[in-house]
Amino acid sequence: MEMNEAVVVEGLTKRYGALTALDGMSFCVGRGELFGLIGPDGAGKTTLFRLLTTLIDADGGRAAVDGFDIRKDYRLIRKRVGYMPGRFSLYPDLSVEENLAFFAALFGVSISDNYELIAPIYRQIEPFRTRRAGKLSGGMKQKLALCCALIHRPSVLFLDEPTTGVDAVSRGEFWEMLGQLKNRGISMLVSTPYMDEATRCDRVALCNEGRLLGVDTPQGIVSRFDAPLYALEGENMYGLLLETRKMPGVVACYPFGESHHLVGCEGFDPHRLVGELERMGFCGVSVRAVEPGIEDVFIKWMSHE
Amino acid sequence: MRILRFLLEKELRQFIRNPFLPKVAVVFPLMVMLVIPWVTTMDVRHINVAVVDHDRSSVSRRLIQKITASDYFTLRGVEEQYGIALERLEDGEVDAIVELPDGFEHSFLGGPAERVRISANGVNAVKGSLGMQYLLQVVNQTVLEWRGEYGVGTYSDPVEIQYRYNPTLNYRYYMIPALMIMLIIMLCGFLPALNMVGEKETGTIEQINVTPVSRLAFTLAKLIPFWIIGLGVLSLAMLLAWLIYGLVPEGSFGAIYLAAALFILTMSGIGVVAANYSSNMQQTMFVMFFFVMIFVLMSGLITPVESMPAWGQWITRFLPPCYFVEIMRGIYLKGASIGDLWSDYIALSLFALLFNGWAALSYRKQS
Repeated sequence: MEMNEAVVVEGLTKRYGALTALDGMSFCVGRGELFGLIGPDGAGKTTLFRLLTTLIDADGGRAAVDGFDIRKDYRLIRKRVGYMPGRFSLYPDLSVEENLAFFAALFGVSISDNYELIAPIYRQIEPFRTRRAGKLSGGMKQKLALCCALIHRPSVLFLDEPTTGVDAVSRGEFWEMLGQLKNRGISMLVSTPYMDEATRCDRVALCNEGRLLGVDTPQGIVSRFDAPLYALEGENMYGLLLETRKMPGVVACYPFGESHHLVGCEGFDPHRLVGELERMGFCGVSVRAVEPGIEDVFIKWMSHE
Repeated sequence: MRILRFLLEKELRQFIRNPFLPKVAVVFPLMVMLVIPWVTTMDVRHINVAVVDHDRSSVSRRLIQKITASDYFTLRGVEEQYGIALERLEDGEVDAIVELPDGFEHSFLGGPAERVRISANGVNAVKGSLGMQYLLQVVNQTVLEWRGEYGVGTYSDPVEIQYRYNPTLNYRYYMIPALMIMLIIMLCGFLPALNMVGEKETGTIEQINVTPVSRLAFTLAKLIPFWIIGLGVLSLAMLLAWLIYGLVPEGSFGAIYLAAALFILTMSGIGVVAANYSSNMQQTMFVMFFFVMIFVLMSGLITPVESMPAWGQWITRFLPPCYFVEIMRGIYLKGASIGDLWSDYIALSLFALLFNGWAALSYRKQS
C-alpha cells in the first residue's frame, strides 16, 4: 500500500448476517484531500467509517489509514485519526470546556497544545464554554464535536454526515471550516446524503447499497453525463411524469425539485415531445435543456446497476 | 495512570451532576436502615389463642392466666368444645388451640395419663411453628411450677436455654448486617452496570473507543467511583445502625472495611460484565435483577444457608455474597477476626479478581 495516501480501501467487505453492508469497496484518499462519500441512507457510509476508525472488524478486503493497516495497527490508527460520528456523542452533562479538556487528556495533550488549530471554530462556541454540552443548539453541538475530534491534531479526520439535521446557513459555515482545515494539511473523509454538498469536495465517491458507483472530481463526475438532459414543467406534473415515461426517445424521467428531469436518447427532439403532450391535453408544457448535476449522474448510474 | 485520573475526574463530575444518583446514594441507605429492620421481623408476637378447657382445675386456670399475661399471646376465648374452637381457627380468628383434657390435673396426682393437645394453623409456617413452640414452653412451665408448688415431684426444668451472641434473639440484630449487604448488592451492582450501558446508549463509548485509552483504564474508571460510593454507603448504614439500634460491631472496623472493599469490587465487576454483554438498559436491568434476586434469596441474607437442601448449599458456594454474609455476621455479632474468617476473605478476593478481570476483558473496543 502506498504510504503517501491518507486512506487506502481495497475490496473492503462487511456483512451483518444476511445483509451485506459493504460490498468490496475500493478507493483512495490522497494526503490533504477533502474526499466526499455521497450516497443515500443505507449506502454503507457509516459502516465504512466504523471500519476505518477500527470500531468494527472487516469480513473481507483490506484498508489502511495514514499508512497503517486497520487490522494489524489499529492501536496506531486510534492515535492519529479524529472521528465525528453522525450522532452527537459527547458527554451532555459535561460543559463545553470539560468535554474538550477530557478528549484532549485521553490523547495525552492539553487544549493549549493545539489551540491554534481549533481556534477558528472554538472561538464561536467559547462564550458558552461553561454551558453543558447537552444544552447547546444543534449547530453549536456540531462545532464542539468537531473541536473534540481535532484537539489531538489528527492526520486524518472522519466526519460521518456532519451536516445532517443542520440548517442551510450552518451547513455552509461548516463546509467553510472544513475548507480551512484542508489548508492546514488535514486529510478528510466526509460523508453526506446531500448531493449539492459534493461540489465542496476535491473528489467524491458515489455509493449505493454498499457498492461504489464511481469516483471522480465533482466536475469530472458531471462531465460523465453524456446524454441530453431537459427540465420538464407543466400543470399536471404527476400526469406529465407518467405519460412522458411512455414516450419514444425518452430514456428516463424523474421528479427533480420543482420540475422533472428528462434524459433523452441520441437525437431526441424536445419540440416534438411538447407537441405530443399538448395534443394529449396537457397545458403549459415547457421543456428546456439543463446542465446535469451530480444527482442526475447518481440517478443514471444507479439505474445502470 | 494520568489518563485514569482524568477518567475518574469525569466519572465523579458526572455522578455529582446527575440529578438523581447522589440522592439515591443517601436516601436509599436511610430508608433501608430506618424502615426495614422494623418490618422484616421474624419475631412472632400476639398469637391468637383459644383454650378448650375440659379440666377446669387450678392447672388449667394457671395456664390461662399465663397465656393472658404473655406478650406473645392474645387469648381469644375459653371454649367448651373443641369443635367451636376449630371453627374459629378455620375463620382465621384464632392461630392456635390448646385443648386441656378432663382429668389433666388429676393425672399428676396419680390418675391415668392425659395429654394436652395443641393445634396450630400451619398456613403461615413461621407463625404456626413458633406459636406451637411458645405454647409448648408455656404448658411445660405451668406444669412444672404447679408441681413444685403443690409438692408433686420437684420443681426442676431439665433444660436451660441460652442464646449466644444475640441473647434476646433479637431478629433485628440478625437482619441489620444483612441489610447493609443488600444495600451494597443493589447500589454497587446496578449503578456501574447502568453507567456503563448508559455510555453505550448515548454513543459516547464509540468516541472513547476511537481514542488510545486502554481497556483496563476505562474499566477501572467505572469500578473505582462505585467502590468509594459503596464504602460511603456502608459507613452511613453502620452509623445509622449504631444511632438507631445501638448495634456496633463486636469485631474490628478494619476487618469489616477490608471485606466490604473486596465485596463491592466484586459486585461492581459483575455489573460491568453484565453491561458489557448487553446493548441497552433493559437487557442490563434484567440480567442484574436475575443475579441480585438469587444473591438476596440464596446467600443466607434472609434464610440461613444451613437450612437449604444439600444441592442448594452447594450452589451457594459460588455466590460471592455468601462469604460476605458470613464475614459481616461473624464480625458484627460474634466479634470474629480476619484470622477466624480467612477462608471467606480468600474466597471474596478470588471473586473480586475473577469478575474484574472478566469485566476488563469483556469490554471490547472493537466489535
